[in-house]
Amino acid sequence: MQPIISVQQLEKTYEGGSQALKKVDLDIEPGEIFALLGPNGAGKTTLISIICGLVTPTSGRVLADGHDIISDFRAARSKIGLVPQELATNAFEHVITTVRFSRGLFGKPPNEAHIEKVLRDLSLWDKRHTRTMELSGGMKRRLMIAKALSHEPRILFLDEPTAGVDVELRREMWDMVRQLREKGVTIILTTHYIEEAEEMADRIGVINQGRIILVDRKDALMKKLGRKELRLSLHEPLAALPEALNGTDLELVDEGYQLIYRFDAQSDHDDISNLLHRLSTAGIQYRDLQTRESSLEDIFVDLVHGEQEGSA
Amino acid sequence: MNYYSIRAIYIFEMSRTWRTLLQSIATPVISTCLYFVVFGSAIGSQMMDIDGVSYGAFIVPGLIMLTLLMQSVSNASFGIYFPKFNGTIYEVMSAPISYIEIVIGYVGAAATKSVVLGLIILVTARLFVDYQIDHPVWMFSFLVLTAITFSFLGFIIGIWADGFEKLQIVPMMVVTPLTFLGGTFYSIDMLPSFWQGVTLLNPMVYLVSGFRWAFYGTSDVHIAISLGMTLGFLASFVAITWWIFKTGYKLKS
Ligand SMILES: Nc1ncnc2c1ncn2[C@@H]1O[C@H](COP(=O)(O)OP(=O)(O)OP(=O)(O)O)[C@@H](O)[C@H]1O
Ligand SMILES: [Mg+2]
Repeated sequence: MQPIISVQQLEKTYEGGSQALKKVDLDIEPGEIFALLGPNGAGKTTLISIICGLVTPTSGRVLADGHDIISDFRAARSKIGLVPQELATNAFEHVITTVRFSRGLFGKPPNEAHIEKVLRDLSLWDKRHTRTMELSGGMKRRLMIAKALSHEPRILFLDEPTAGVDVELRREMWDMVRQLREKGVTIILTTHYIEEAEEMADRIGVINQGRIILVDRKDALMKKLGRKELRLSLHEPLAALPEALNGTDLELVDEGYQLIYRFDAQSDHDDISNLLHRLSTAGIQYRDLQTRESSLEDIFVDLVHGEQEGSA
Repeated sequence: MNYYSIRAIYIFEMSRTWRTLLQSIATPVISTCLYFVVFGSAIGSQMMDIDGVSYGAFIVPGLIMLTLLMQSVSNASFGIYFPKFNGTIYEVMSAPISYIEIVIGYVGAAATKSVVLGLIILVTARLFVDYQIDHPVWMFSFLVLTAITFSFLGFIIGIWADGFEKLQIVPMMVVTPLTFLGGTFYSIDMLPSFWQGVTLLNPMVYLVSGFRWAFYGTSDVHIAISLGMTLGFLASFVAITWWIFKTGYKLKS
């Protein structure tokens, strides 16, 4: 299948000399939800801004639905909706006026029914005659989403869409994003809430210091890099690991009251029964036992850290 | 041409005018009226005719030109500066719309406002002084041409400015003095010959003179030269605007 967005060897060096993107290659599949993760300053916004025409690339090229974003910008951009990271609204205009403006700007004929639907979906219909500056921060962000959806894009970029949005509305927004996907809209989002990516994304890309360091399906990623952890609370604190347990990956924490054993999620479970057997042979008694699966957040932190140590 | 996009920008900009009606129409009309009262009626009645035109009538074209220039520059500069300032420019820059279409929307709206304002002032002036218009078609063409030309200048200033001071500086420091010294209140024949020569370096002389010719058939410089100079300004401003978009100056990083 032809990718809906194809980023090829994309590089960006800003005027000040900071290199924000280094030979980025990335394909987005039609109809997927793609989460782009990375620490502050990784280059997420820069990448999105280039695709949407706000920043000029230094080299490389991008195709949107097969159209070059520069030489064939009309065809490319008319398919794309953008919700930028920064809140930006026209203070004095009424909500509905700015949404109509966005639709017109993208070359679409007026369609009040569609505008009403978008505003209702984002719980802004009651506020349609309110001046933008009288909206709360979360409402402004929803307004920006409404503006992006007003022209019925096939590809939607959401640069930290849920920053400053309360928990309940965040869930509603996730639902809305899923509904959009069901209608065939491709969604590329960035977020610092890993939970969000874990909840929604089909695929995840991790970018760090201008390089894409990993792209994979979310579940594959969880399986590949996910680790489990077994935690044992001991009856008696241990000063050190007994000799009998040498050669195991055990860690003693909490002043000797807890033992931690880390293992791959896929590895077979004989390991654990073996371990428990050895513990009882060594006369170590435990009160409680817990296992925990690492979250995407742990995976992400590990990745980015590994990368930074590697490059240092 | 992307008709809906141009229309969206144009309507959005025009609606800003209606919302700020007092500021965009009433204020310039009132201040121009004050000029007519003071210079046209009060002082003008004590002045000699110039080229057979009463002083009050003589200054009408100059005053309209003055307002037209100031308003074109400030409307157009504000129109593009404001979205840059509040960040909403991202939408325009990411829309499937060409530079030409963006310019038609913004410059067109600003020029429309100025032309409407110029016509309102023209009508209002009638309350204070008697004037005639020998060449109405030329008069209107000059009005439109000047409005477009200086809306372009305003558009350029709005993109260049990165603060409200800069936005004010050019109209205050450049446009106003040049218009006042460009023969709004006097005929350049009245100046000593050395200063007449200096004045001919002032671009505004040509605009005011050409516009006045459309009213009374007399002018300091030949109408063809006035027209040529105005078109020359327009061409240079269009060229600068083209360069801005070509390089993304202050619009894209
Ligand atoms: N307009 C600009 N001029 C110069 N440098 C810039 C500009 N915009 C971004 N940068 C630099 O480019 C790098 C990437 O920035 P970018 O905004 O793309 O990061 P990000 O991944 O979106 O970060 P965040 O999570 O904080 O939003 C940073 O080092 C930043 O300082
Ligand atoms: Mg960012």
